[in-house]
Amino acid sequence: MSMHEAHERFVSETGARIASYLDACVRCGLCADACHYHQASGDPRHAPVMKFQILDRIYRRHRDPFAPLWRLLGRGRDPDPEELKELRELIYDTCSMCGRCTLACPMGIDTAQMVWIVREGMAAAGLAPPVLEQMARRAKKAGSPMGIDPQKLREILDEVSREYDVELPLDKDRADILLLDSSLDFNVYRPTLAAMAKILNRLGLNWTFSTRGYEASNLGLFTGDVDVARAMVARIVEAAEEVGASIVLAPECGHGYGSIRWEAAELLGFEPPFEILHISEFLARLHREGRLKLRRKERSLTYHDPCKVGRRGGVVEEPRELMRDLVSDFREMHPSGILNWCCSGGGGVVLLESAREVQLEAFRIKMRQVEDTGAEGVIMACAFCHYTFDSSAKHFGWDCGIEDLVQMVAEQMVVEDA
Amino acid sequence: MNTWLWLAEGPLFWLSLSVFGLGVAWKLTGLLLLGGPRAQPTPRGSPAGGAVYTILRHFVPRRVFLPGAGLHVLAGYAFHLGLFILLGFAAPHVAFFGERLLGVSWPTLPQWGFIVAAEFAFAGLIILWAMRISEPIQKLVSRPADHAATWLTFLVMLSGCLALEEAHVSLRALHMTLVDAWLFWFPFSPLMHTFTFLFSRGFTGATYGRRGVGL
Ligand code: SF4
Ligand code: SF4
Repeated sequence: MSMHEAHERFVSETGARIASYLDACVRCGLCADACHYHQASGDPRHAPVMKFQILDRIYRRHRDPFAPLWRLLGRGRDPDPEELKELRELIYDTCSMCGRCTLACPMGIDTAQMVWIVREGMAAAGLAPPVLEQMARRAKKAGSPMGIDPQKLREILDEVSREYDVELPLDKDRADILLLDSSLDFNVYRPTLAAMAKILNRLGLNWTFSTRGYEASNLGLFTGDVDVARAMVARIVEAAEEVGASIVLAPECGHGYGSIRWEAAELLGFEPPFEILHISEFLARLHREGRLKLRRKERSLTYHDPCKVGRRGGVVEEPRELMRDLVSDFREMHPSGILNWCCSGGGGVVLLESAREVQLEAFRIKMRQVEDTGAEGVIMACAFCHYTFDSSAKHFGWDCGIEDLVQMVAEQMVVEDA
Repeated sequence: MNTWLWLAEGPLFWLSLSVFGLGVAWKLTGLLLLGGPRAQPTPRGSPAGGAVYTILRHFVPRRVFLPGAGLHVLAGYAFHLGLFILLGFAAPHVAFFGERLLGVSWPTLPQWGFIVAAEFAFAGLIILWAMRISEPIQKLVSRPADHAATWLTFLVMLSGCLALEEAHVSLRALHMTLVDAWLFWFPFSPLMHTFTFLFSRGFTGATYGRRGVGL
């Protein structure tokens, strides 16, 4: 890990798309209002546009079609380690890579994508936050950021099977569906894990977990460590190929879904040869086909769109299709869908002690949004958002009535031949 | 003085126009040649459709952002529309581009139309610049080139208005000299956003169109 590697990353990752962003930015600052961290702190340094200035400098000196001219004129200079260290606050603590600022930018600039590239450089320089770095390293070694190796996975699945009375197939020879889950579900939100299994079993689907690739969350995407990110998606591809799965089901994990569905091709250099669906997308499909029937309950609930499932993942309507059949009074937050505010903890932010203050302040936006709906509670479709809500709500002593989409489906699905 | 005008409208203009044309072509081609992803995920929607959607959608700000962005957007539209109208329809421009360079003609703005367009363009540009020097984020992030682009454009517009009556040859020569400088510097400056905004919106639109989202 070195500055040299960081520099290489910055330069090599600045392709046509990033160059267009850097050239189109007119420094208008309109992106700032869209960013929850800037809203929370009011600090101009936290504006989205500030988060890619380092790439701009590197672009001018090394990738701009006029770069030789700029170098000749002595314009700009390459960043030094101290500067990169100072960037941590902007790149890790105050950006969840939620993509909301893109909607406010007249040029449509995808700041989240550039922050990912800066994180790549930071990780290459050994400057990723240690807590994320440790988890990423553990993930590469054990297969999961919380150290759930295949043996531990077996134990967890046994425990969940006994506790929730559900069968959880592991390492079947052949299966149509490979199910993934996140460490948060394996460790904390086990009812969600059990609920997924119950639904798939009741529908009579041929599915399995695989010890070869089971972890959906991808800490490489938080730290910026491309090797880890690649290793995690490669495991899933190998596992799916081994069992002959035609569908890989991503669980309620926003960045996990994004990493295998949208980032894997670029990371691996080929298009994974199977369909990849977010669990809500899959359930909505079955619902539309009439294979999944739901019982509606008399409740008023709202829904938090996870950024990496909705705005950055494309799964916006599907959870709504389910929710309209799950509750009698489904209420939208304002704004919602692709305009929804981030939970404030994505991109690894909720794991960083250094970010805690600004993250909690940003969470107030979410609290206001939920409360303004007047709903009894809020439905989650991402374990990371769920965790952010849990930890932040606890801090504020706020009872927001968190519900989980998959658990609701499992509880309210109509089992005809049971 | 005639020599100055001759220079500004003749050799200097052609030199600047060549630098402009070649520079813009070099920049845009070079930019596209920087390359893209090694492989793309299976699409969920249309990348081309997404690109077109985002290019068009970002002409109009989303309502939720309007409270903060309203003045900026209004000023932006006033400036850009005013400038394009002046550029394309002011009588001396039609005479210069159309009749002299292209050999065709098109309707020109009446005097009052010129005044209205110029007022919009000046008001917009001045408001945008006032925000650039007063709003904390813009102050922090603006480069000298951003200020220079505003000022040079302002001077081009101002000298153009002064030259409108064609009372003094020197005013026309001054305007043309500033135009030459503007054209010469354009490919190396933030003014390139005139073209790169299409790429920027297009790339985002294609990326998210593939994901089935209209951003
Ligand atoms: S991607 Fe989200 S968190 Fe990051 S700068 Fe943009 S709005 Fe802020
Ligand atoms: S809104 Fe877009 S163009 Fe304006 S400063 Fe932000 S990133 Fe740059």
